[in-house]
Amino acid sequence: MSEQMIIEVEDLTVSFDGFKAVDSLNLYVEKNACHVIIGPNGAGKTTVLDLICGRTKATGGSVKFKNKELLSMREDQIVHAGVGRKFQTPSVYEDLTVSENLELSYPKGHSVFGALMFRRDDPVQTRIREIAETIFLEDQLDEKAAFLSHGQKQWLEIGMLLIQDPELLMLDEPVAGMSVAERKKTAELLNRIIQDRSVIVIEHDMGFVADIATRVTVLHQGKTLSEGSMERVQNDPKVVEVYLGH
Amino acid sequence: MTRSSFMSRKELIGFLILAAVIFLLLPAMLDSFRLNLFGKYLTYAFVAVGLALCWGAGGILSLGQGVFFGLGGYCMAMFLKLEASTPENTAIQSTPGIPDFMDWNQLTELPVWWQPFYSLPLALLAVVAVPVLFAFIIGFAMFTRRVGGVYFAIITQAFAAILTILIIGQQGYTGGVNGITDLRTLLGWDIRTDEAKTTLYFVNGVLLFAVLLIAQYVRKSKLGRLLIAMRDQEDRVRFSGYNVANFKIFIFCLGAAFAGIGGAMFTLQVGFMSPTLVGIVPSIEMVIFCAVGGRLSILGAVYGALLVNWAKTSFSEAFPELWLLGLGGLFIAVVMFFPNGLAGLWSEKIEPRLMKRFQRPGTDTLKPVAERAPAE
Repeated sequence: MSEQMIIEVEDLTVSFDGFKAVDSLNLYVEKNACHVIIGPNGAGKTTVLDLICGRTKATGGSVKFKNKELLSMREDQIVHAGVGRKFQTPSVYEDLTVSENLELSYPKGHSVFGALMFRRDDPVQTRIREIAETIFLEDQLDEKAAFLSHGQKQWLEIGMLLIQDPELLMLDEPVAGMSVAERKKTAELLNRIIQDRSVIVIEHDMGFVADIATRVTVLHQGKTLSEGSMERVQNDPKVVEVYLGH
Repeated sequence: MTRSSFMSRKELIGFLILAAVIFLLLPAMLDSFRLNLFGKYLTYAFVAVGLALCWGAGGILSLGQGVFFGLGGYCMAMFLKLEASTPENTAIQSTPGIPDFMDWNQLTELPVWWQPFYSLPLALLAVVAVPVLFAFIIGFAMFTRRVGGVYFAIITQAFAAILTILIIGQQGYTGGVNGITDLRTLLGWDIRTDEAKTTLYFVNGVLLFAVLLIAQYVRKSKLGRLLIAMRDQEDRVRFSGYNVANFKIFIFCLGAAFAGIGGAMFTLQVGFMSPTLVGIVPSIEMVIFCAVGGRLSILGAVYGALLVNWAKTSFSEAFPELWLLGLGGLFIAVVMFFPNGLAGLWSEKIEPRLMKRFQRPGTDTLKPVAERAPAE
């Protein structure tokens, strides 16, 4: 069982002053799958990602990534284990250029001494240019991130994760706030990058979900309401009632 | 690739101009009394450069840099005091051979922790190591618990107050409120003469440039860019796989090392060290030097230290009571109107105009750098 699973979340619970934002959740993500989490506002979707990447400390349960327990690890250790996280609002370094943003995510020189000695040599530069092309920003490499559009910032953050090359990629609403044209381009981008890795995506746009998901979990009040293929979930009467119906 | 190289042409010119000011202009213009005064101002520049890295780049505001300046200064003063307290010089004391203030406080023996300061190499090591050790302890305790921003600033201020009280209270060991005074020679070389003071001014200048070059290296390394990234998006840095606390501890310790060197040079040039240089007021003044010069610029920090101190001396000679109000007003003005200080004023207002004037029509190689990021 656990051979095919990249991450196994079991009995995961977090309570904020007695309110259980995530309540005994079980979630299994297969290797190389694109697992989409949907659900109404306040269902605990973002909290699940926060718990996996160590931003929020869990009250109980376990999160096993390739049979390693993540809950006892520090955020940067979780990253080095192979988990990458994109935030809901674009989190890029506005005072730095696009290429510097990508450079900081390059998986080398992560210690104090390593950062002091880090050289932007040819492999690094080539990789930065490669990623910049993938995320449609090859002409903005020397521009400060502050001057990018909202959509471009989202792409840049996705690029920062790509250069990090995580085995498990977690994306929190990657197309939120994008124009129709940007949305289409992003779907194309995501479709390309999820090919050879495992991905967890939170998304509201059902058309987009149908396009990328291999498996869908519906969260409601911190618990799994329904799980399965997009088709099965869409036709589940419970899901229609709490989420899709309105 | 030029972007990540050690120093751009513009920065090199800035370094050369500062070198000309410190090594040629000031010594040519000033008599040895005034030059010594400017040497004293430049010791604060060490602190301001450290703050430009910690606060300007990294967003870590320390209101306790006086602690590190003072620790460095005291380490130097302890060595000089022991050298001045030979049994012959102190023959009239009831215990000859120990510093005078110990004798006044009925100490009959040199405390064990004073012993290493008989050795100059150990004392010089302590000038850097003691502030760094202190900074490491404070930084480790605060940053691994993710204490930051205003809370960190207040705690560092508390440390400044604690150290002052400790020094004043332990009169027999530290010289109390008077500090350590009556320092005479460094390995037999009289530091009170005009020639010695001029020599020390140049030593100070060379050390300051060494510190500036280290700061420049750090700023231009990936670590420098990480500091800016941490200031703007700490979480993103953390989730890119960096242990943020380690980087904060490092830069805080580096700032402390710079401040310690500045403190030691202060002791050498001014001839004493006292708790008035350690406490809250000097610590906040040091932040103002950095803010006025431009907290994003290491060269700006040096000019800030020079100008504010020069203004302080001239102003308080004429209106002793008004100086503190003037300093407060200056700080408010900088925060409200020039958040990037003198350096910002230069790169936003003056430089683009100079460029326009001196640029031959048709050459488009030098772009004005008016585009600063929106104020944080």
